[in-house]
Amino acid sequence: MPQFEPILLANIATQNSHTRAVYESTGGYSALKKVLAEMQPPALIELVKSSNLRGRGGAGFPTGLKWTFLPKDHPGPIYMCINADESEPGTFNNRILMEEDPHQVIEGVILSCFATRAQTAYIYLRYEYPLSLERLQAALDECYAAGYLGKNILGSDFSLDIYLHRGAAAYICGEETGLIESLEGKRAWPRIKPPFPAVEGVFHKPTVVNNIETVACVVHIARRGADWFKSIGVPADPKNPRDPGSYGPKLYCLSGHVNKPGCYEAPLGITCRQLIDEYGGGVWKGRKGKAAIPGGISMGLLTEKEFDTPLDFAGPGKVGCLGLGTAAVVVLDETVSIVDFLHNSCRFFQHESCGQCTPCREGTRWALEMLERIKAGQGRLKDLDLLLEIGDSIGIIPGTTICGLADGAAWPIKNAIRKFRNEFEDYIKRTNPKGYAVTKAVKALPVVAAH
Amino acid sequence: MATPERILTDEMVEAIKALFPRYPTRQAVTLPALHIVNERLRYVPIPAVVEIARLLGLAPAEVQDTLSFYGFFKQDAPHGRTRAWVCRSISCALRGGEQVLDHMCHTLGVKPGETTSDGRVTLEFGECLGACDFAPCMLAGKTLYKDLTPERADQILQTFE
Ligand SMILES: Cc1cc2nc3c(=O)[nH]c(=O)nc-3n(C[C@H](O)[C@H](O)[C@H](O)COP(=O)(O)O)c2cc1C
Ligand code: SF4
Ligand code: FES
Repeated sequence: MPQFEPILLANIATQNSHTRAVYESTGGYSALKKVLAEMQPPALIELVKSSNLRGRGGAGFPTGLKWTFLPKDHPGPIYMCINADESEPGTFNNRILMEEDPHQVIEGVILSCFATRAQTAYIYLRYEYPLSLERLQAALDECYAAGYLGKNILGSDFSLDIYLHRGAAAYICGEETGLIESLEGKRAWPRIKPPFPAVEGVFHKPTVVNNIETVACVVHIARRGADWFKSIGVPADPKNPRDPGSYGPKLYCLSGHVNKPGCYEAPLGITCRQLIDEYGGGVWKGRKGKAAIPGGISMGLLTEKEFDTPLDFAGPGKVGCLGLGTAAVVVLDETVSIVDFLHNSCRFFQHESCGQCTPCREGTRWALEMLERIKAGQGRLKDLDLLLEIGDSIGIIPGTTICGLADGAAWPIKNAIRKFRNEFEDYIKRTNPKGYAVTKAVKALPVVAAH
Repeated sequence: MATPERILTDEMVEAIKALFPRYPTRQAVTLPALHIVNERLRYVPIPAVVEIARLLGLAPAEVQDTLSFYGFFKQDAPHGRTRAWVCRSISCALRGGEQVLDHMCHTLGVKPGETTSDGRVTLEFGECLGACDFAPCMLAGKTLYKDLTPERADQILQTFE
């Protein structure tokens, strides 16, 4: 592997990396000063566009392009919502950035607001991050004192306020329109799109929603330029117009059965195996890896044979995963039952479905109940086909639900049963030797009985 | 009709009003206001919902609707002096999180969501606390407890007042 110099995590080993003094001593806020002195907002949007930065929050949408969707010459206000809800199981890179280098995050927010002409930014922070709250608030206070925030930033005609807004422990608040509804003081029910937030978002105004790591990348693009950013990662595939490449550094979260769990920075395109072996110190207890989640629980599983898959925006999709997601890799060793994994996943999504769309609300519950039955030793072989059917009917790909949570719930079901079907069958046959007749109802499932 | 007793103190009302300039609508102050009350009272009883609604110019039902969406806010009774969230999501589960949660339920004699009879601890299951690098983990108050085992959990429980 070529030597790679960490950029997003460059400061965090320094003591008091969360303070303005340390941040500035390593060049912090120089990008802001340069941009304010030399650039107009459209030029910064152009720069970010030409860097091909793709959003780090899960969907990988091109950031510069998203910014151009804002209506031209809008009288304002325009809002920036920074998504710091980070609730996808396995994911904690935003936490590291906010706790260890909050000024990098804030400089990114200021630059992103300058580019989009947003006058107010809300950082929607999940409740479970008290240290992030403390560090971000202290950093914001330092910024107001230094003239980086407030009226006429550094003597320019650009003014900006950033406010922290705390969530209340609900995964759906990370979905961009759920976040917007929640910020408005309502339950976090995602909105039907269009209108897209860029046209009508929070408080009925044009709004950009961006992830914490995405805006942190903006700082370094402004500092070092688009060519530098594009020199890292995986270039666009000339044969596939739908693959615009995966550029830049990425924070990978590694957890589960590895010797050294942690958040590691690497170029996009590192393989799952490199990450586990070279950064994670290998699978724990000298065991063999059995599977790994490539990017948060909703992405499905890579089998051990697929560990050489590059973790860029295109890689996991080529081997039957939903995508790169949040690049949060969770390793499962050879002793783990995939049935247990899927049960944990189904339980999570059933608990977190907002309940607005029938397929998602009912489908996640039904899948969970079947997994509970299987785990209780009452599974039937045909449950597996039924689970696949549910998986195929609740996602947004056929267009049955408002937001992506349903797809995220469906993918692990489809992927795990397709890749590990034998294991599910063995489990059912072993615990319920008849395989199909349910002798004692674990849960009343009238819909299933009708099949 | 007697004036009902006020639940929100002047301090809470001031803290809520101080947030008004941050948002173009009063309704956006709903979650922050619920947090302010919940932090001080450890729950948000119905009369507090009514008072918050009056402050924000909303119908009580609107505030209640929001509150009830987020299972986070307690309404029937205050949560314990310490509220502890034990993670049961995948990375923690892989490293024994569910056993830690079971063990704590057993030690405290409560189920997730319940409070010990002496009001000391409310135990909750958490969905990924975003600290999977320290799995299994628990967030209690503002403290993240890392790399838990049943034994460590017992020791930590003893430190809760
Ligand atoms: C159910 C669900 C949960 C999500 N949770 C998050 C989250 O916690 N943080 C995040 O940045 N994006 C999350 N997203 C993606 C956001 O909707 C949105 O795409 C993202 O914040 C945009 O920022 P980016 O373009 O900078 O990636 C979630 C999406 C869905 C469907
Ligand atoms: S797909 Fe699920 S989570 Fe998303 S809006 Fe519909 S019910 Fe809610
Ligand atoms: S799975 Fe427990 S903190 Fe993430």
